[in-house]
Parts: sequence; C-alpha cells; structure tokens
Amino acid sequence: MPSYGHLLRFRRLEALRSPLSSSDTPRRTILKRCVRRDLAVLKASLVTSNAAGVEPVAGSSTPTSSDANAVTTNSREPALVVRSLTKVFGDRTAFSDVSFEVAHGEVFGFLGPNGAGKTTTVRTLGTLIAPTSGSATVAGIPLSAENGIEIRQRIAIMPESPGLYNRLSVTENLEYFAALFGLQHPASRIRDALEAVNLTDRAHDVCGGLSKGLRQRVGLARTLMSDPQVMFLDEPTSGLDPVAALEVHNLINALRQKGVTIFLTTHRLDEAEKLCDRVAILNTTLRTVGRPTDLRTQIFHNALLVRTLAALKDPGTLFGAIADITEWHSSEPGRYELVVADITLAAPKIVRALVNAGADVLSIGENEHSLEDVYLALVNETGEAPQ
Amino acid sequence: MKSFNSARFMAVVKKELRDYRRKRSIIVTMIILPFMFLIEPVVAIFIVPSSSNVAGVRNYVVLPIIYLLLIPSIMPSTVAAFTVLGEREQGTLEPLLTTPISQEEFIAGKAAAVLLPTMVLSYAVYALFLLAAELFAKPIVSSAIFDQGSLLVVLIVLAPLLACWSIAVGMAVSVRATDIRVAQQLGSLASIPPVVLILILAVGVLHPTMSVALIFALALLAIDVRAIRIVAHMMNRERLVTGSKASPSVPTTGLLSRLRNR
Repeated sequence: MPSYGHLLRFRRLEALRSPLSSSDTPRRTILKRCVRRDLAVLKASLVTSNAAGVEPVAGSSTPTSSDANAVTTNSREPALVVRSLTKVFGDRTAFSDVSFEVAHGEVFGFLGPNGAGKTTTVRTLGTLIAPTSGSATVAGIPLSAENGIEIRQRIAIMPESPGLYNRLSVTENLEYFAALFGLQHPASRIRDALEAVNLTDRAHDVCGGLSKGLRQRVGLARTLMSDPQVMFLDEPTSGLDPVAALEVHNLINALRQKGVTIFLTTHRLDEAEKLCDRVAILNTTLRTVGRPTDLRTQIFHNALLVRTLAALKDPGTLFGAIADITEWHSSEPGRYELVVADITLAAPKIVRALVNAGADVLSIGENEHSLEDVYLALVNETGEAPQ
Repeated sequence: MKSFNSARFMAVVKKELRDYRRKRSIIVTMIILPFMFLIEPVVAIFIVPSSSNVAGVRNYVVLPIIYLLLIPSIMPSTVAAFTVLGEREQGTLEPLLTTPISQEEFIAGKAAAVLLPTMVLSYAVYALFLLAAELFAKPIVSSAIFDQGSLLVVLIVLAPLLACWSIAVGMAVSVRATDIRVAQQLGSLASIPPVVLILILAVGVLHPTMSVALIFALALLAIDVRAIRIVAHMMNRERLVTGSKASPSVPTTGLLSRLRNR
C-alpha cells in the first residue's frame, strides 16, 4: 500500500512530467532536485529497514547521523516491533496493516482522530486483544496469547481513565497493583512512585475524593511502580488543567531521561510535538511515521511569509521575476506566502525586490508548519475515521 | 500449563475483603439476609407440639436444619454477580487486566472473597441456631437436634459446596452481563437448583441420610470445580474490554504460523 510519503513523491514526479512553459525553468530545476532528494531518502530508508530485517515502514523518515537527537533503532533490539498488524471486529476494521518500530528509550507519539484505532492498537500490544493478523514483539517477547503474562510483566498501560478503586486509599490502590506485579519491597516502590508524581502528602487519601488531575497522577504512579520496559500512556493529559498537564509532561520528560520507552497516544498535537521523538499518524491505516520536523519538511514546502503595510499593486509580476519563488499565494491583502527552494538564498532577494518596488515591508519570516498542519493534511486526505 | 500464583490470588482476596469492609451497605446486606433465614428455624423449634414423642420431634427438627442450607445457597449469588461487572462499571477492569494476573487467579480470588464472608456468616448462624436450641428450646427438642449428628455434618459439608455453586453461577453472569441489574437478577437464579434440592429433602422425596449427603456432596464438588473452570474460561480479556466476542486470530508464532507462511 502506498504511503503518504510515496504519494508525495509520486505527485512531484507527476508535476515534473506535466508540460512546463519556458518561464517554469526554475520550477523544473527545483522539482528535479526534490525528486533526487526523495530517491536518496527512499534508498536510505530501504537500506536501514533491510538492515533491521523488517519491511520499510510506510512513510518513515530516516534519522540522519548529524542529528544529535536521532533515534538509533539498530543499536539493540527495538522495544516494540510491529509488522502488518491488523485487527478486525466483525465487519469493522479497527486498524489495518500497521507496521512500525519503537527504539528503547524513545518517546513515540501515536496520533489519530477518534475511532482511528489508537486505543485498540495499545490494547493489542498490551495483550488485552488478540490481533486478527500480523505480528509484533513487545519488550523483546513475541506477541501471543501464551506470552501474555510475560509481556504484561514487562509493560505498564495507563488507560485514558485511570480506573481506581474509589473506596481504597491511594496507597491501598498501589499496594494491590504492587502485589499483582509481584514487586519486591512494595513499600519503597510505592513511596518512590508517589514522590515521582508529587503525591506523597495524599498517600492516605481515599481515591474517590480526589480530583481528576490527582486521579490521573495516581494512575501514572501505578504505571511507574512496576518499573516497566515499555509504558503505554493513553491520553495521559485528557481532561487535565494546564498546570496538571505540564506536570505530566515534566514527568514524561523525566522518564525519557531515565531511558524508559514511552508509547504515548494523544489528541494534543502540541503535546506530541513537545514530548515525542517520533510520531505515527494512524487513521485505520498508518499514514506516516517520523520525527515531527521531518514530517513537516516531507509534506510542506519551504515557504516565506511576507507582510506589507498595503497590498502590492502587481504581486504576480513582482514575484514572477524572482527565480527562487516557485509558487505564491495571498490569503488576504498584504499577506503573501512564497514557496521557495532555499529560504536563506531567497529571502534577501525578495526583500530587495519588495523595497525596490516601493512596498512597505512589515515582516518577512519562515512560514512554519506545526505538527497540527501535518496531522490535518494526512488525516483529511481520506476524511475522518469510521466511528 | 500456566502456574497458579498464590500471591496474586491472595492480593485479589485481600483487596476484595478490604473493599467490602469500606462499603457498609454490602456488609449490612450480607448480615441481614442470613439472620432473616434464622428466624423460621428458631421459631419452628419453639413451637414443637408438646405431645410429640422423641421420634416425632427428631423428624420435626430435620426441616428447620435443612432450611438453614438456604443461607449459603442464596446469599453469595448477588454479590458474585457484581464481581466482574462491578469492576467494569467502575473502570477498574482494564487496568487490572493489564497486570500479569491470569484468568484463573482472578476468578479464584474473586470467588474466595465472596465465599469467605458467606461461610463465616453461615456458620455463625448455624452456631446461633444450635445455641438457641441448647439454651431456650425444650430439652426433648434440643436433644433431638444434637442427636442429628450426621445431619449437622451434612449442614457443615454441603454449605460451602452450595455456596460455591451459587458463586460460580453469579460470576458467570457477571462475566457476560452488561447491566448490573440484569446481572443481579440472573445471579439470583443460581439459588434455584439448591432450593429445589432442599425442597426435595424437606418434603421427604429423599431422606437426608449420610450416604445421600455424601453423594450430593461429591456431585456438587465435581460440578463446582467444573463451573469455576468454565467461568475462568469464559473470562476472555478481549470480550471484557471491548464487549465483543474475540475474533479468530492468525497465530503469530509457532509451527502453524511457519507452515502457513511457507
């Protein structure tokens, strides 16, 4: 199945094939350059995937060695390996042909609209649900019903609702789960987990009386307590106020420092952008996997945003005369989005041209696309997931 | 074969008992019901006709004693019907199922946590009955009751077996039901077979001799073991989490998978 990345490359090739006028020469050059770069990326990703012994993940980007934050999945066996995983409920497909890898110590974001199959994927990897087809390795153990107990011993899942026993105290809730995980020295584990989530002073409070934010923190403490190799956090900041959400973010960052692998499903794209090393976008099928910055450059062109005091008299002629500009749009008078191949080369030329044309330039800067733009571009391609 | 982890089993029992203690309404309901069942037998032994001879009295006290078996038959079914469904309704089931606990440990722990208070209360009521007979009944009646040694043994042996049946049925309902009211109503049906059995003994179709009691005890034991296993088997994680039946999956590992991939 073609990935979104492949589709983009295909579109660029199609654009290159389409007849271009003589004035389109710069565009032709840029497109050629893009295709060359795409082919190189594709080749590199195939080499990496083959080295790991897996099929190339749809739309995945390959981390470059120059990036200090690049995730190295080949240093040891990945914490999660998912290959062509599919889950069908009757005539409804929850998710289909999902493949990705998550390295040890990586914070992996799993995004998608409601009903996209995110929670079902987490439940499947957590051995709560059996996959219809495909395979996976969770914390080094092949996903199967026989290995369920062993897998669950190595992972921890925090569902969207923390699910606490309301009549028991925070400590009693944690004691119960410590016993179920067979933890040694449960008292010290509980104390450490409560300290990590700043709940030491509420240890003896009955859970039924806690606010949603505090309950969520107890859920996180429960997840931390067993010192899992892989943590699945399903919407951990859902319904939390900004302060409580920030505390959860800080905690996730602290866990990242400790080298805990975190599989984070979220609707909050700012959260994913801030916390995740890589993100996957799911809408029944996997649309893309990659680092947020890579996804942006993969999907969106480099663009400059120019603001002028008044609308330009003849922007077509002005921008058409600058070879570096491949496309331009104006959504409102005095606001121009200019698609360029290289921002640093194009920006000075554009400023000079604007000043020479007598325009009062208010600002010029890179038009930055957020992860939200990437998400919307990918999810809206085929509409919302079936509910 | 998965090994049964007694520490996890005990954790479930401990947590359940702690949870019951915190909910006063459960304790009150658990206590009231057995004591209501105590009223009829106690009244019965006090209204023994004074003209009755020893043999007549001995026959007369059999029914009140057998009647006491209704306590372990009826009492645990509604509590058992809440065990799994209650976890689901509270939203605690999914976190619980993500722990290494096995179905067997979970079901056995839940069943034991219902069985323990049931038996404590049942035996407490039996003791109160015997105490009332010893202290307040006519000597002919109390001696008739204490002469029924084999019947008292039947009472002690059959009580946990009947309770186990009731718990197994209640839990089976709890695993499958989606509404707590439906579960509790269906769970109460669990007491019908024991009630029928008690009626058969009470009306004299079968005489409660030691051999009859032994046959019933063995049959009940076999049924209970099988019923608990069936309940553990019914407790499918996927069904409990999603509410839908688990779809057949393609094995991801093993010989069959390798053969298919060829």
